[in-house]
Order: sequence, then structure tokens, then C-alpha cells
Amino acid sequence: MQRVTAVFLIGVLAFHFVLLHFVNHADQITFMGTQARMSQVGYFATMWLFLVTATFHGVNGVYNALVNMGIQGTRKKVVGGVLALAGLLLVAQGTRVAIAMTNLF
Amino acid sequence: MSQAYDRGTVEDFGRWREFSAGMWAWIFHKFTGWVLVGYLFTHIAVLSTATGGAELYTGTLQGLEALLVVRFLEIGLLAVAVFHILNGIRLLFVDLGFGLDQQDRSFYASLVLTGAIVVASVPTFLGGKFL
Repeated sequence: MQRVTAVFLIGVLAFHFVLLHFVNHADQITFMGTQARMSQVGYFATMWLFLVTATFHGVNGVYNALVNMGIQGTRKKVVGGVLALAGLLLVAQGTRVAIAMTNLF
Repeated sequence: MSQAYDRGTVEDFGRWREFSAGMWAWIFHKFTGWVLVGYLFTHIAVLSTATGGAELYTGTLQGLEALLVVRFLEIGLLAVAVFHILNGIRLLFVDLGFGLDQQDRSFYASLVLTGAIVVASVPTFLGGKFL
């Protein structure tokens, strides 16, 4: 799953950077502009999938790095639980933000 | 037949002068990954101002962009993201069995390409500040 999300993220992260720094300059971003982009179904869906895959890839990457460093037993379970909870909260808050940015709902 | 030999652990940073290209690639990929996941949480926190209304959102983003330090941090973020993407593509190819004997070269190519993209992007990121 780490590899599958990586393939998706390679394209979407590059697209996100180019669109919001080179096509639309970051210092000219307004709520109106964001709302116009986020009110397109395809863009909204891509950005929401970006949120979910980036969160999974990042949080799972941190977990893998910590396991690789040798955490075991209870510490491994606690770290896994805390990271899973942090990931779920991030997706929940990100979804709330995405809904606030769109006219689709 | 290939022979295994002990390079020592990559966590033993005291012997960094002895690190091979693969060990540097491992360290850089981990470091850039930690930065990106940290930024992801920060990014959602900043964008959360959208739930407080249009003025708050626009004011916060434009206020941050007005700070020179933020522009430099964005250049750093670009460097981190570009390296993580390019090295990630390299790792995907290695996982698929392509370029196994070219791993050092492909790592150096990732570094050079990251540097070139970042340098070429500096005018865009500092636009309106110096240029």
C-alpha cells in the first residue's frame, strides 16, 4: 500500500505544487479562487484523495521508520494506535476544510 | 557470486564520512519524509482558517506570503518534496528490478535534478520580494 499511494502521490504532489506556485502564485491565493477550484467535482475528488493518500503514506511511513528503528511490544502498539488516531483526525479535519471550501454540497 | 560485507549501521552518524551513496539516499529519504509529514499537519492547520470565513482565510494566506521567511521556507519545502519524489521514483524502479546496478548514479542524478529544479524555481518563489 505504501508503494501504491507513492505512485499516486508522485503525480498529484507535483501537480499541486505546479498549480499553486507556478500557475496560480501562492501570494495571490484568495478564498474565491480556492472556492472556484474546489467547486469542480474532479478537482475536489483529486484533492480529497490527495489528503487521504498523503496522510496514509506519511503516517504509515513514520510507523515503518519507528519499527525499523526497533520499537517492539507495547511501545509499538501504542505508537501504532497514536499514529492511526492522528491520521484519522487529520483526514476528518481535512474533509471539514474541503467542505468549507466548496459549493458542491 | 556477490559477497555480503558489513557497512555498519546507518544510525551511527559519527561515521558519516564512510557512508555510501545508498546510506545517504536512505537518510535523505527519511529526513524529507519526516519534514513532509510534519508539513502536512501544519498545512491542514493553516487551511483550517477556511472554516472561519473568506476574510480570515485570504488574510492568513496572504499575510504568511508577505513574510520573506515563509518564501524561503517554501523553497526549502520544494527542495524536500522534489527530492522525495525523485528518490521515490528511483526506489520504485529498484523495487521493480530496474537499474539495480545504477543505484549510485540514479541517486546522484536525483540530487542534481533536485538542485536544478530548486534553483530554477527561486525567481517564482521570491517574486515580488526582491525580483
